[in-house]
Amino acid sequence: MIPASFDYVRPESVDEALEALTDAGEDAKIIAGGQSLMPLLRMRLAMPDTLIDLDRLDSLRDVRDDGDAIVIGALATHHRVLRDPLVRAHAPLLVRATAKVADPAVRHRGTFGGALAHADPASDLPAVAVALDAELLARSARGERRIPAADFFVDWMTSALEPDELLTGIRVPKPGEGWGVHYEKFHRTAQAWAIVGVACAVRRDDGRVGDARVALTNMGPVPVRCRAVEEALAGGAAIRDAAELAAEGTEPPSDLDGSAEYRTHLAAVLTARALAAAAAV
Amino acid sequence: MPRIRVEVDGSSYEDDVEPRLLLVHYLRDRLGKVGTPVGCDTTNCGACTVLMDGLSVKSCSVLAVQADGREVTTVEGLRAGHPMQRAFHEEHALQCGYCTPGMIMASIDLLRENADPSEDEIRDGLEGNLCRCTGYQNIVRAVRRAATEMRRPASEEVTS
Amino acid sequence: MTEVGSPRLRSEDARLVTGRTRWTDNMTPAGTLHVAYLRSPIAHARITRVDTEPAKGRPGVVAVLSGADLADEQGSLPCAWVVTEDMRLPEHPPMAVDEVRYVGEPVACVVARDPYAAVDALEEIDVDYEPLPAVVDMEAALEEGADLVHEGLGTNSSYTWVFENGDVDAALRDAPVLIERRYVQQRLIPTAMEPRSVLCVPEGDEFTLYSSTQIPHILRLMLATVTGVPEHRLRVVAPDVGGGFGSKLQVYGEEVIALLLARRLGRPVKWTESRSEGNMTVHHGRDQIQRLTLAAERDGRLRGIKVELLADMGAYLMLVTPGIPLLGAFMYSGVYKMDAYSLTCTGVFTTKMPTDAYRGAGRPEATFAIERLMDELAAELDLDPVEVRRRNWIRHEEFPYDTVAGLTYDSGDYESATERALELFAYDKLRAEQADRRERRDPVQLGIGVSVFTEMCGLAPSRVLGSLSYGAGGWEHASVRVLPSGKVEVVTGTSPHGQGHETAWAQITADRLGVPFEDVRVLHGDTAVSHKGMDTYGSRSLAVGGVALYSACEKVVDKARKVAAHLLEASEQDLEFSGGRFSVRGVEQEGRTIQEVATAAFAAHDLPDGVEPSLDSDATFDPENFSFPHGTHLCAAEVDTETGMVRLRSYVALDDVGKVVNPVIVEGQVHGGLAQGIAQALFEEAVYDAEGNLTTTTMADYLIPTAADLPEFVTERTETPATTNPLGVKGVGEAGTIASTPAVVNAIVDALRPYGVRDVPMPCTPERVWRALRDESPPDLAEPGAGGGLGSAGGAR
Repeated sequence: MIPASFDYVRPESVDEALEALTDAGEDAKIIAGGQSLMPLLRMRLAMPDTLIDLDRLDSLRDVRDDGDAIVIGALATHHRVLRDPLVRAHAPLLVRATAKVADPAVRHRGTFGGALAHADPASDLPAVAVALDAELLARSARGERRIPAADFFVDWMTSALEPDELLTGIRVPKPGEGWGVHYEKFHRTAQAWAIVGVACAVRRDDGRVGDARVALTNMGPVPVRCRAVEEALAGGAAIRDAAELAAEGTEPPSDLDGSAEYRTHLAAVLTARALAAAAAV
Repeated sequence: MPRIRVEVDGSSYEDDVEPRLLLVHYLRDRLGKVGTPVGCDTTNCGACTVLMDGLSVKSCSVLAVQADGREVTTVEGLRAGHPMQRAFHEEHALQCGYCTPGMIMASIDLLRENADPSEDEIRDGLEGNLCRCTGYQNIVRAVRRAATEMRRPASEEVTS
Repeated sequence: MTEVGSPRLRSEDARLVTGRTRWTDNMTPAGTLHVAYLRSPIAHARITRVDTEPAKGRPGVVAVLSGADLADEQGSLPCAWVVTEDMRLPEHPPMAVDEVRYVGEPVACVVARDPYAAVDALEEIDVDYEPLPAVVDMEAALEEGADLVHEGLGTNSSYTWVFENGDVDAALRDAPVLIERRYVQQRLIPTAMEPRSVLCVPEGDEFTLYSSTQIPHILRLMLATVTGVPEHRLRVVAPDVGGGFGSKLQVYGEEVIALLLARRLGRPVKWTESRSEGNMTVHHGRDQIQRLTLAAERDGRLRGIKVELLADMGAYLMLVTPGIPLLGAFMYSGVYKMDAYSLTCTGVFTTKMPTDAYRGAGRPEATFAIERLMDELAAELDLDPVEVRRRNWIRHEEFPYDTVAGLTYDSGDYESATERALELFAYDKLRAEQADRRERRDPVQLGIGVSVFTEMCGLAPSRVLGSLSYGAGGWEHASVRVLPSGKVEVVTGTSPHGQGHETAWAQITADRLGVPFEDVRVLHGDTAVSHKGMDTYGSRSLAVGGVALYSACEKVVDKARKVAAHLLEASEQDLEFSGGRFSVRGVEQEGRTIQEVATAAFAAHDLPDGVEPSLDSDATFDPENFSFPHGTHLCAAEVDTETGMVRLRSYVALDDVGKVVNPVIVEGQVHGGLAQGIAQALFEEAVYDAEGNLTTTTMADYLIPTAADLPEFVTERTETPATTNPLGVKGVGEAGTIASTPAVVNAIVDALRPYGVRDVPMPCTPERVWRALRDESPPDLAEPGAGGGLGSAGGAR
């Protein structure tokens, strides 16, 4: 299949990009790596009037240290994220999950920011951002704002970004010492989307799991933070018991890969496994 | 129409292209580089895999305008008798051959990342390239063979 | 004989690994116009209006045509297999005119200067549909008062075909053991990697049609029949073809329309499908519901089997649609002896893409049925599944054997194959591990699946095909041209698309003629070059076409012998032919190479009386019987009882394909066959929703396995030569697919049998496995998973 025609803009700076966004209005689409967007364009499921290509905004590709956090440029490719020493040191969960995103060729093009802005609850990284309490940095002509990941994912394929806003970076807090992490991706074939995914980070406290951060992929229209599990663990519950609460408050979809009922079951099983794996580190 | 400048398999090209033109169609229909085929429309099959600035990409999921200023290597641009091509032949790693150009380019990329991959690493590393004929076993063998070949110092390659 | 049997690397590879390939879509002659299709978004509807006018005004658009515009010339797509006298065979216009009956059926097309312009103009075609009821469920479709796919037929049944041998009712009556099951063979999408593509180039009133097809010869005849273009004005070329698996054994509407458009517009016309288009409109495979009753004695000996089959035809009958289940009808007794068998098969119309040949075509379904039932019988009798097979299979000394299904198996040695397979698999050790895991109540259970199979292939004997009302014969043709320089051109009627005929045929020729392998070139896939042939499908190429080639080579040698005798002034009887050289027995230095003889035959200065110039010869071969490859496959599967995830741990395929021409190619065929059979068991299913929409239109939804989803296969062979052809060869293309599906499902069910699981429907997705576990109460074990350590299960990738 072949995309429908569109106008094409390739801004040379963030300011130019913001200007282009404002000019183009609602029917514009931003393309970063394009690995989620290109299939939609080709199937004509997306038919924007204008495509704004961020390819030249090299300033958004870097990862930098920001004191108690690292800031990952929105255009850092998955490939870059996997290799970046700052990410590896301070966001190992992101590294684990990114390694499970699609395949090497897609990871060469696809970007962290693009994967989040696309807001697909079946993709792996939104849950990671939520689990890590990341903040998403959005800029517009009106200024910059920080959006907590928990507020960023509004609905299925819908983010909190305004039409004139550009995601420029992701601020991931440094977790401190003693955390173990795991991303459990459960899918039918290596290429397939996660039926359910579990992103978690845990800190062992006196031989027990104390602090934990858990979020789920594809258990609803947006990534789900499993507060009930976290609280149960904080309250001293055993992993298996806490994990039983994983699906609480979720609205899992039913599709070809699995029913809502099955996903609910999987959420508990996989959360238990992910926590155990993370705790073993 | 945007004007792009691309280096493909060692030659330079400058063309006006529609923004929506897919890189793979640019290669095939404008440059006559039909060695790179198209197998799907959802970035799943990998038949169209080429190297862009040295990294594997699926050329059906890149716009030609996004290749502007970059260097593209297709299967046609490999030096004659590239060890990966030889290995695919020697291990019978292809039958109909339709996935082969993409599979070879993805395998070359895999070895760039990891010069001595295990069987599992090869299987995982090639998950973005579908083959319907071989069951993959001989592809895995071919990549192992090519890895051995390519790790061998150049002098030894000449003499052996 | 040095070439045959040797692991020659393929000569095809040189162009394929370098991208110097001639796929149909790689050819774009000057002036080529491109076609795009508007397809029905509705499963069943009356077309009340098609407005093509706005599309005609789009830039670059040369023509826009609806079905009505083509109605006078497009004819009806052919069905070559009228399986019963009263079979209902509806009209099948290449482009729908009044009514659409499946999602994806062509409704209009745009012809434009480039594919982008063609696709854009599709958006401007306006079609009004008056929806009619979708007919999705085969069983419901046969009920009284069901909505009809073809109103005029008055029923959704196309035909009912019956086979009976022995008294099956008596066998079932008061049988000590009866196993009754209902199995569903889900619908599959063949998914050759090369999408379909067709290019038709007109030259005056003659046409060359290039197509990604398995059947250039059959296609030419059928296109001529459908369109009225005289057969001798039409050349069909199958250039490099990127896989078929049966899906390109078809006469597609898009091929017919390419010819019509080229005739109408006088310019080359090309169409290449997108994958999402192809998933909807390349014919599908399988889709049968089997009701099975197996009767046995208490010691496990089989009495008979009763099979009631529903086969989903889809909306129309395509080239061999109705015959596919019948190719399985002769295989329900598998490798076993029994006295009674009956099969009733009803072909059912639904508002879905038609089904037709997909790797194995009928035989995987039958093999699955009998091999699953044998495991169920073993469980019922508390016997080892291998033992119950051993008690029933045909012993090697009993061949040739007339089966209850009416075939004569010429040869086989199931005992040796099974013995070796068990050894390679370490069967006893795995059984011990299985027992241990059961004992430990490991959340990951181990299952062992057995499949002892044979299949009929090498399609094949024209007389048999005739008796089944098939529309054509099953012979194959080859010709051998010995060029003046002594180089050899082989022309074959087979049409390879990945099978390596260029290599294997050269091996056969090199041996027979005593010429170097490199001196032989194999030509195929072009009706102007290969004027006779029945093409490639049904694992027939070697067992029929390879044998035709062998015979043609024999004729060359016979003729060369005459010429050589003349040149050497010796009698033919005194000549020896060895290593490509004729010599006078006892006078070794007196001789002529076959190349020298060829040159002499070309010059024709001094030929014996009655001998025509050149050594060229040709031959057809029409076997007296099918070939019957067989083997024993063993699969070990780990099943995560908490998630339902299945992981194949090991797989042994012990195949007997008779004499082997090229072991490298044979192994490759087995690997690929296994991958597709395993995929049916675990991953693939074409899913239509209740409204008849295909929901698996992309590769993101229709999951074919990646390298990471398949195990390393262990393959080995025994070699029991076929007795029905001089090469002793059997087909190999489908064996792996046929054998592996039941091996995998047997392994899964075996793992879960202590939990009371007797079946998991295919594909055995994690959810289905989980549901099978949940729906059964576990009699032998405590709660599944209890006692397992966290994170110790690890079954998920």
